[in-house]
Amino acid sequence: MKKVIGIALALCLVAVLLPAQTGRLRLSTTTSTENSGLLAVLLPPFEAKTGLKVDVIAVGTGQALKLGEAGDVDVVLVHARELEDKFVADGYGVNRRDVMHNDFIIIGPPSDPAGVRGMRDAAAALRRIADRGAVFVSRGDNSGTHVKEQSLWKAAGLSPSGRWYREAGQGMGPVITMTNDLQGYTLADRGTYLSMKDKVQLPILVEGDPRLFNPYGIIAVNPDRFPHVAYFEAMQLIAWMTSVEGQGIIGEYKVGTDVLFFPDAVTK
Amino acid sequence: MLGAFGQAVRLLVSGDRELYFIAWTSLRLSLVSVVIASALSLPLGFLIGLKSFPAKKQLIAFLNALMALPTVVVGLLVYSFISRAGPLGFLGLLFTPAAINIGQIILCFPLITSMVYSALSRLDRRLPETLITLGARPSEVFRMTIWEGRIAILSALLSGFGRVVGEVGVAMMLGGNIRWYTRTLTTAIALETSKGDFELGLALGIILMAIAFLVNFTLHGVIKHER
Repeated sequence: MKKVIGIALALCLVAVLLPAQTGRLRLSTTTSTENSGLLAVLLPPFEAKTGLKVDVIAVGTGQALKLGEAGDVDVVLVHARELEDKFVADGYGVNRRDVMHNDFIIIGPPSDPAGVRGMRDAAAALRRIADRGAVFVSRGDNSGTHVKEQSLWKAAGLSPSGRWYREAGQGMGPVITMTNDLQGYTLADRGTYLSMKDKVQLPILVEGDPRLFNPYGIIAVNPDRFPHVAYFEAMQLIAWMTSVEGQGIIGEYKVGTDVLFFPDAVTK
Repeated sequence: MLGAFGQAVRLLVSGDRELYFIAWTSLRLSLVSVVIASALSLPLGFLIGLKSFPAKKQLIAFLNALMALPTVVVGLLVYSFISRAGPLGFLGLLFTPAAINIGQIILCFPLITSMVYSALSRLDRRLPETLITLGARPSEVFRMTIWEGRIAILSALLSGFGRVVGEVGVAMMLGGNIRWYTRTLTTAIALETSKGDFELGLALGIILMAIAFLVNFTLHGVIKHER
């Protein structure tokens, strides 16, 4: 009995203290790339090619960059251009590349109580939602979508507050679900919206404003600042995502009949 | 609800390798955490239950207070230590199964210790005293006392198991919900819920419950058998 317990204990300790495995690459990214299913088709060919294993940590863009700033990941794939440029300028990241884009949309209840359907000016639409006091659900989590939303409020000349403005502090999926339950409005990235649109009654009301452009960039974490990062492996992943092959997979990826992301790295 | 139940059954019989992996990860991590925590909890519970020493009451109060620790706080605390920016960052533990184990051990250690202590303090005090008079070595006193309280101690271990197998804060924050690596049933439930797939989330919850039942019945069966 005693021996059995001893062996079990020893085995457990070994299991826990097993050194962090090599050949792993850590990618922090936004929930939209993971939840849309894109990474599930984009990463396996890379893993087969290189023998590397990519650990995907899907969080908001703000947190994804923070993980890079602490040196806890090797490479980041995010969508908030200003934050990305700051990340590189502050010396946390190197070799940023454009990967792909899609766009943001304003979705809301079919009855559209604020009357924004068909508007082309996203800031004006937000101003109208605020004027009518219609429920607007904000991500409120410093994600790429939240950063975009704030810049649009700024463009509208408003700082939203009040009972109609609900800061959820959650990811895109939960916010879309919440918006559906509250029959309110929200700003969403098209990829996540398309992957969920069958589960909610929220038509697209505003789209096409150039300010709603949503580009994704990939950045290696600076190996000079964090000597432990898997820099070569990170660069291999960047090479894959921006290769003709990788870009082809991105461009062909569909949910139902909808294309979710448009490749940007290779000019045809 | 019925749909979720049907989906849970379908998932289980479908032979979905990813589901089995996730369930196995949940089970394995929780069992390892409970075994390591109990290696610390049993001696400490024995000491508190049967010996008297200064500040014993305070220690008990402290352990009881720790039982109320939110899992997210434990996650945050461990995170700040094992992040590369933290003092133990050089170990590279963040977002590994070991990181989840560390958080889970901290979570269930106070609970198991408190329950072991209260189980042993309810035992007949004459047992250890008699053993000592009969010339038993301390290790033998420990072993026989634990054996005597085995049913209650098993409850303590199973409570600890329940606390860690069903928590999501530590697993999400320290494990990172990485597919084929640190994704557990609870983080998978959180993920599916965030995607709006409530039925799949519920189905995974039912599978989690099934595992908990299985573990409980098995261990209770083993102990009853050895009587």
